Amino acid sequence: MMDALGIPQSVLVLGGGSEIALATVRALPRNRLTRIVLAGRSGDSREAATKGLIEDGFVGVESVDFDAAATSTHAQIIDEIFDAGDVDLVILAFGVLTDQMVLEEDPNLAVEMATTNYTGAISAGLHVARRLRGQGHGALVVLSSVAGDRARRSNFVYGSTKAGLDAFAQGLGDALVGSGAHVLVVRPGMVRTRMTEGLAEAPMTTDPEQVGAAIVVGLRKGKSTIYAPGPLRFVMGAIKALPKPVFRRLPM
Amino acid sequence: MSSPLALDSDARELTGWGRTAPSVSRFVPVRDVAEIQALIAASPPRGVLARGLGRSYGDAAQSGGAIVLDTAAMSGFVLDADAGTLTASAGASLDDILRAIVPAGFFVPVTPGTRMVTVGGAIAADIHGKNHHGAGTFGAHVSSLTLIDGTGSLRTLQPTDPDPSAFWATVGGMGLTGVITEATFDLIPITSSRMSVDTERAKDLDDVMTRMTARDDAYRYTVAWIDSIHPSGRGVLTRGDHAPREALPMKQQSKALDYGPATLATAPKFVPSGLLNNMTVRAFNEAWFRKHPKNEVGDLQSIGNFFHPLDGVQEWNRIYGPRGFVQYQFVVPEGASDVVQRTLATLRSVGAPSFLTVLKRFGEANPAPLSFPQPGWTLAADVPAGIEGLAQALDDIDVMVAEAGGRLYLAKDSRQSPAMFERTYPRLSEWREVRSTLDPHDVFTSDLGRRLGL
Repeated sequence: MMDALGIPQSVLVLGGGSEIALATVRALPRNRLTRIVLAGRSGDSREAATKGLIEDGFVGVESVDFDAAATSTHAQIIDEIFDAGDVDLVILAFGVLTDQMVLEEDPNLAVEMATTNYTGAISAGLHVARRLRGQGHGALVVLSSVAGDRARRSNFVYGSTKAGLDAFAQGLGDALVGSGAHVLVVRPGMVRTRMTEGLAEAPMTTDPEQVGAAIVVGLRKGKSTIYAPGPLRFVMGAIKALPKPVFRRLPM
Repeated sequence: MSSPLALDSDARELTGWGRTAPSVSRFVPVRDVAEIQALIAASPPRGVLARGLGRSYGDAAQSGGAIVLDTAAMSGFVLDADAGTLTASAGASLDDILRAIVPAGFFVPVTPGTRMVTVGGAIAADIHGKNHHGAGTFGAHVSSLTLIDGTGSLRTLQPTDPDPSAFWATVGGMGLTGVITEATFDLIPITSSRMSVDTERAKDLDDVMTRMTARDDAYRYTVAWIDSIHPSGRGVLTRGDHAPREALPMKQQSKALDYGPATLATAPKFVPSGLLNNMTVRAFNEAWFRKHPKNEVGDLQSIGNFFHPLDGVQEWNRIYGPRGFVQYQFVVPEGASDVVQRTLATLRSVGAPSFLTVLKRFGEANPAPLSFPQPGWTLAADVPAGIEGLAQALDDIDVMVAEAGGRLYLAKDSRQSPAMFERTYPRLSEWREVRSTLDPHDVFTSDLGRRLGL
């Protein structure tokens, strides 16, 4: 259960290797966490994440096989996790970023990315929402991106998956009002992670730890949308207001 | 077809009095035993929980996704004036009861700081009042109760049963042994509706404690208000008893048992967070301290003024703003009085303004495994939930309390850890054993129960 000060006891990470999700878990008061489920594709990043948490003294760490793209398996996996005990906080953190030029050359890869980032998120998000509504409490954090705020020439395919995800999550949050479940949509700017390794740094680039801390604060305050870092909200507001010919010529 | 995301028509967001950590359940009004048995027989997947007037501060009377029983309609009661006892349905409030029995010359055996609690809740939380040092808890005055257990059977439980373990597991059992439907308890005879009150100001916390230790036993009711912001921990002791009719002015003696507590105001619906801050609370505390006479004997006060001053403001819990507040109440053994001082210092260090800080000396514990009171000092403080650093500060105080052999009050708790709870309630396993016989299929659930692994 979430306590009176907004501190959860159980967390489910969908996309168990996500650096932002792990940083969020680490930003929570760890002596209150009794169950941490890392659900993701089996592989190095999930194993490393599980091991890292256990080594750092986190208790109740489980890892579960979960493939965002294999949507037909979602119901059973998510139900099993919730059947074993209430989940106070779900972090929907899976997502891939493939280079735009590669996608333009091979649209099949674009479809794969959309399947994970958008289709998979819709599937998992709806299953999680059903269970949160059933338990009458809990929060769902959805990792969106500023890339979805306005599609840019340099990564509009990725941006469109995040735009779809963002719209879905906003609507899901509205649908869950009154159910006891709460949705927090997080729009980070560029974050220094494995996913962005080797890319040129954008202004206001941040670290997973900062995003995780912002998520914890946003949850405690009951926010429904946050930017990370916070001032990006105003930057993106300005960018969205730019006339198209001007926006197109911006070097980004 | 109904969507799995659609809300039930009886879905209701519930919180405790502190207005933190809400959850949504089906809130179903019940009128009698048969209706409750039918709901239990349907074995709803998230369980069942009875709720009274929602005055427990934390998550004791809510259960996300479950069926929460609204017991307001089960509010009848019968006075047996010859025996000096009352038999009440679980949803009867002490408010309704007092309005009926005070004019008849009786008073409830124990009242907390509000009369807006139900009989069922009073037993489930095993509440205490200003007379704990002499009279013990509410549960200690219950001679019989009826309980619908997890199999739907209606049981009559008494402390005089050959095996009274089910009775004592239900007293203080936080509603998790079943649904209490009715109880019979002893009343106190009174000859007036006034309280005769002695008031003393004490210059610091030591002074408060010394005065309490020295003369508590001379009074039926005692409590001290502490100025939590003032570094000295100065306070005001109020102690008294029911005034005999002869103590009233001649003109009032013919109406000695008149009783009509009034609500003076309702707190405004929208209050900005931060209204209660160190500055406003300091000003309030200064005024409150000065308002009380240095030393006054035999002042005649109404029952409402003496026992339930906050009931004068309806929904006073709103003044803490949208984030709600936390009531923190512990008890530590008599010898660990330093924990009180250190707690006040810790709360001051994070700038947690508490204006309802109350200190009392408890008497003996009763046989209930989860009953909170034990001999020693109990301190209750309320702080806005949004304060930076509050979680850590309260965790630090938890450690002090546990190390001193104390514990926290479940009816007020909203944030202790399962480890803290298990460490400080050593008879938990005994309670669990009885509970598993009363509720073998875990029908009765609450958010508090889930949070603490009860």
